[in-house]
Amino acid sequence: MNKGLRLALNILIAVGVIYAILLIGPVASFDIPIIAGEIAKNPLQLVQYLIIGVANGAIFALIALGYTLVYGIIELINFAHGDVFMVGVFASLTVLSLTGTLNTTNPVHIILGLVLALILAIVICAVLNAAVERLAYRRLRNAPRLAPLISAIGMSFIIENIGLIWAGQSWLVPSFGTSGGAAQKNFPDLLGTMFTSLNLNQNLFTSSGIHLRITITGLIVIVLAGVFMLGLRFFIQSTTLGKAMRATAQNRDAAKMMGIDIDTVITATFLIGGGLAGAAGLMAGLYNNTAWWFMGFRAGLFAFTAAVLGGIGNIEGAMAGGFLIGIIASFSDGYLDARWTEGWVFAILVLILMFRPTGLFGEQVGEKA
Amino acid sequence: MSKRLFVLVSLVIAASMLLAACGGAASGKTLKIVSDEPMTGSSLTQTQTIVNAEELRLAQANNQACGGKYTLSYEAWDDATAATGQWDGATETQNATKAAADKSVIAYLGTFNSGAAKLSIPILNQAGPLLMASPANTYPGLTHVAAGITAANEPGVYYPSGVRNYARVAATDDLQGPIDVNFMVSLGAKTLYILDDQQAYGKGVADSVAQAAKAAGINVLGEEGYDTKAPNYQALMTKISTIDNGNPPQMIFLGAVVDSNSSQILKDKVAIMGDNTKVKFMGPDGIFTQAFIDGAGATVAEGAYASTPGLAQKDLNAIGTKFYADYAAKYGPTNEPYAVLGYDLMNGLLYAIENVCKAGGDPSDRATVTKAFMNIKDFQGALGTWSIDANGDITLPYFKIGQAQGGKYVDYGTFSLKK
Repeated sequence: MNKGLRLALNILIAVGVIYAILLIGPVASFDIPIIAGEIAKNPLQLVQYLIIGVANGAIFALIALGYTLVYGIIELINFAHGDVFMVGVFASLTVLSLTGTLNTTNPVHIILGLVLALILAIVICAVLNAAVERLAYRRLRNAPRLAPLISAIGMSFIIENIGLIWAGQSWLVPSFGTSGGAAQKNFPDLLGTMFTSLNLNQNLFTSSGIHLRITITGLIVIVLAGVFMLGLRFFIQSTTLGKAMRATAQNRDAAKMMGIDIDTVITATFLIGGGLAGAAGLMAGLYNNTAWWFMGFRAGLFAFTAAVLGGIGNIEGAMAGGFLIGIIASFSDGYLDARWTEGWVFAILVLILMFRPTGLFGEQVGEKA
Repeated sequence: MSKRLFVLVSLVIAASMLLAACGGAASGKTLKIVSDEPMTGSSLTQTQTIVNAEELRLAQANNQACGGKYTLSYEAWDDATAATGQWDGATETQNATKAAADKSVIAYLGTFNSGAAKLSIPILNQAGPLLMASPANTYPGLTHVAAGITAANEPGVYYPSGVRNYARVAATDDLQGPIDVNFMVSLGAKTLYILDDQQAYGKGVADSVAQAAKAAGINVLGEEGYDTKAPNYQALMTKISTIDNGNPPQMIFLGAVVDSNSSQILKDKVAIMGDNTKVKFMGPDGIFTQAFIDGAGATVAEGAYASTPGLAQKDLNAIGTKFYADYAAKYGPTNEPYAVLGYDLMNGLLYAIENVCKAGGDPSDRATVTKAFMNIKDFQGALGTWSIDANGDITLPYFKIGQAQGGKYVDYGTFSLKK
């Protein structure tokens, strides 16, 4: 097929898709004049949705990094990764409860508790993720592609059930209450408590009279996520282990010939991915104030979608994909109908992949025979 | 050799059949009652109290009926799976089929979720029919037509044999909607936003409330389904916070069960629109449970309203008051509203069985027990004096409304449409 014909075909497809959106749009409340009117009436709200989307997206992005790192190196979709994130939420809530942080208003106590929770959540999730690799994936590394995939789904169920049991242990965390493991658990708004006790307002814009809600918790989530992402980028680009990871991703056999210990590199990858999920766990807990055994499933699905959207194996892509999904979901909730939010996220994914099958930033996986 | 083996095997089979026959004759004395509810998942806080209450009533009767002629056995089945954390269609169908096949079962007490009842009523309807009686189903279409809520083929589609075998002691959502709306009017609400979890029950209650609100002159600013697995609803709540020309609605109604991320909805609502005195919040029986308050946290939940079939503690009669005292003595105090419904369901079943015996009938015959339960008239129970009408609905149209106070639901009062 020559270039001109292909371009014409692409344009034809695009026109078709746009026509379909306009046709189905009104059903899914995609009514452009009304939306434009709403934006014109209250432009600040657009900024507000953007902020909400970025904060949610930052958490998706941190989880997405774990998917993309692992996929880049061993081409496995680690389905258990979303559930490792869930363990991060429960681990940090448990640490906060055991250190008495949940019941205090003392700012120093809260900060120390949160720092400890962050460190332990990272460590626990990193170790868990590496243990999953050691137990369930390593022996299957040279097996057909489907075997580790099924194994990953199995690990996902196992970890979900661990969460289910964990959430029922009210002797460990009294605030779990008597409603059993399957119920959602409250993750107290500790930063809010801290700012109240310091006589500060959580909301940065309250006093200025601007109707914009930017909470310090949201800001911390975004900044912390940014720090982790930049840290990861630096690590991958500039350290010896990071270079070894990139080499392994490009060509495992050649990397081995250069004296790189593949097992160490893969374990390190899982440790890093799990650690990021653990950090995301604490941030999600503080931001959403909920711990739930099933929360890893949806977070994992969106994060994986983010990784594909950005180009799987590509670190910048995973970050961009995470933010993009957060923003799309937020705009859909805000300007369209919440009923259709999932639909819009995936419709846009399909649309992007139709024109850029390797994602926004392109895939980065090894060339394997 | 093989001939001998054949003879031996035949003998063993014959003997076992004989034994089974003896067992069958003896089991004419044992009547099995099964309960079928989700015992895995956040509904457990509600369902466990129902099972406890049913067992309590049986224990009070010493597990006997008709002056000791029959022994009553009881099993609590689970229609939920750990993987989903809530009721599961395949499990529900399996349980109903199992009950239909076990000839000693004379009553199937369940289900908890209306969606599950849709699956099991037709199966049990063709098995005798076997009596199915629910302490908790509130979806109207299972028993009767409710304009704008039920589907065109309901309820006939659930009764293939043409005979009714399903009854319930919970009042239905076509009453719950108007009662909730009357209550909102009494709170002074003039504008309302309605959210639902896009399930049969949640959307049903939401529709019922929307219909009644429009009739009562409340301005319904929006009706919207939400994604029950989203991490949070801040964007949605931001939109609602300016829905009324820059102002939030005076009231938000949430048609959902506790499993549908409903505590997260309340959290984000409080975070963006302030506590429950500013924009008032109400939900149906699906969130009238401790799990909802535990999930939201006591501070966030403070002041939220919920309605549920039944009577407020202060409106209970002597039997109802005694029930809560007996329950507390055996299992510890509870304020879960379904407990008394479970108690009165078992109460009604025992009454129906006694009636069969009095009339000289056979309580091990499914059709006879079904008929006796469907014909209960003016029974003095813990809920008051009640009957089962021709559709299988209880004649008590009462709902109680509770408010979250200090981390617990506190009864606010009993409401009905009759003035």
